[in-house]
Formats: sequence, C-alpha cells, structure tokens
Amino acid sequence: MEKNQTTITAVPGKQEIFITREFEAPRELVFKAYTDPELLLQWLGGQCDLTMRIEKFEAKAGGSYRYIHTDPAGNEYGFHGVCHESTAPERIIQTFEFEGLPEAGHVVLETTKFEALPNNRTRIITQSVFQSVADRDGMLQSGMEQGVLDSHARLEELLATVTA
Amino acid sequence: MTSTRRDVFQAIADPTRRQIINLIAQQPLNLNAIADNFEVSRPAISQHIKILIECGLIDVKKNGRERYCEVRLEPLNEVAQWIEPYRRSMEERFTKMDDLLARMQKENGSNDKK
Repeated sequence: MEKNQTTITAVPGKQEIFITREFEAPRELVFKAYTDPELLLQWLGGQCDLTMRIEKFEAKAGGSYRYIHTDPAGNEYGFHGVCHESTAPERIIQTFEFEGLPEAGHVVLETTKFEALPNNRTRIITQSVFQSVADRDGMLQSGMEQGVLDSHARLEELLATVTA
Repeated sequence: MTSTRRDVFQAIADPTRRQIINLIAQQPLNLNAIADNFEVSRPAISQHIKILIECGLIDVKKNGRERYCEVRLEPLNEVAQWIEPYRRSMEERFTKMDDLLARMQKENGSNDKK
C-alpha cells in the first residue's frame, strides 16, 4: 500500500501551521495513540539518537503535560503545556511551549481534530497558532528539533545508501 | 547597499502579489494588462511588480515600446524546500505511529478471536 503522506501548510506571513495526515486505523485508536503516555512514547520519542521521557501527561481539560528529549551528550530539550480540552475521540486542544527558546512565553495553541474516514481510516488535522509570524517561522526553520533531527536522519539515510 | 532586504518569502506574503504571479504564469503581460485584473490602483500594482522584480520572481522583457512581465518560478522552490525538514520530522513520527497503530490493531484482532 502507498504510504500516507504528511502535508504541512504554512502560508507566508501568517501565524499558523496546518499539519494533515491520514492513518490506516479507526479514530478511537489514533486518539488513544495521542493521549496514552505509554503509546505517545512509542511514536513521539526515540527519533534518531534522542531518548524521550514523560514527566507528566494528563490528557483532560485543565491537565498539564511535560516531556523531555535527551540527546547522547546529555542535553535536554523540554516541552510543556496545558490541556484545554480532550474530547475522545474527536478533538484535543492544548498549549505547547518549547523550553529551549531564548526567552519563555512563546506559546503555541494546538488544535487537533480526528476525522473518521470510510474503511476504518482516520484523518488528523492539527492547527498550530503562534503568537507571531516570527515565532512560527522560527519553529519551522529552527534547529530546535526538526533541523537537528532531520540532518541526522538524512545522514543516516545517506550512510544507508552508501553501504547498500 | 539596499535598505530593505528582499526575499521570495516577502514576495509571496501578499495576496495581490500571489495573484499577479498566478496571472502572468499563464502568459507574459504588460503593466496595464496586469492592472486591469485588479481593483487596486495602477501605482499600487506597479509597486507590487517592483517588489516581485526585486525578489527575482518577475523578469521584464522589452518588445518594441512595450515592457512585458514574465514570471520566473525557480525562486519558489526555495519556499517548498523551506518547510521540508519540518515535514520530514513530522513524517518520521507519523511513520512510527503507523507501525504502532498496526500493532495495536493486530493485538485487538487476536483478542477478538479468543
């Protein structure tokens, strides 16, 4: 089967990002993968050389979460936020802040909708709204997670190609 | 020295400029023909075109007395590539989630049969 593709929409000059992805599973399961910390660890963590630990994860209105990625050198990258709404299996609304930014207070509002599709499939749409265009562009461009991880991933891919 | 930094992101941040690009992507047009497609004033369109030229998205070709605006789409690749690292990072996570969901469904399936 053709692999489902992730679509990122980031219109220049706007403060939001949309992330869209479909999954070959019913939305109850996809929702569970987003809200059960044990399951979350299995897909959100372990990218490249990072290890992830969840300090706290309360997927309910008024709850909060914090998780930390650690690189092999011991550097920690913490993320935290509060849950505004968690309505199984259709919607999660939460804040998100990366603790490694030069100053605190750059918070993102994330709304994830889980749409049931025919044949037990699911589409998720996440809208992330930033406080400014600069915050959004910084997130998209940053070496915070993506850039660093991606360069590692590319390197690994490259090495795999070379040895193949 | 230029006082304002111009780049392709700035060029396409404005909806009118995006429409201008779409318009002349079909066929090269002169300023008047472009302006005829918009409600805004001719000087405003002229200013947008100036920015698009500075950002490398429009070339002006002279044909007799007419000056035609032609679109150059190569700089737009920069825009597509810009979010690619982020997309790949998300893709990596979701691929893991594909595996997780497949395992979960397999386990559910085997439980049902018992």
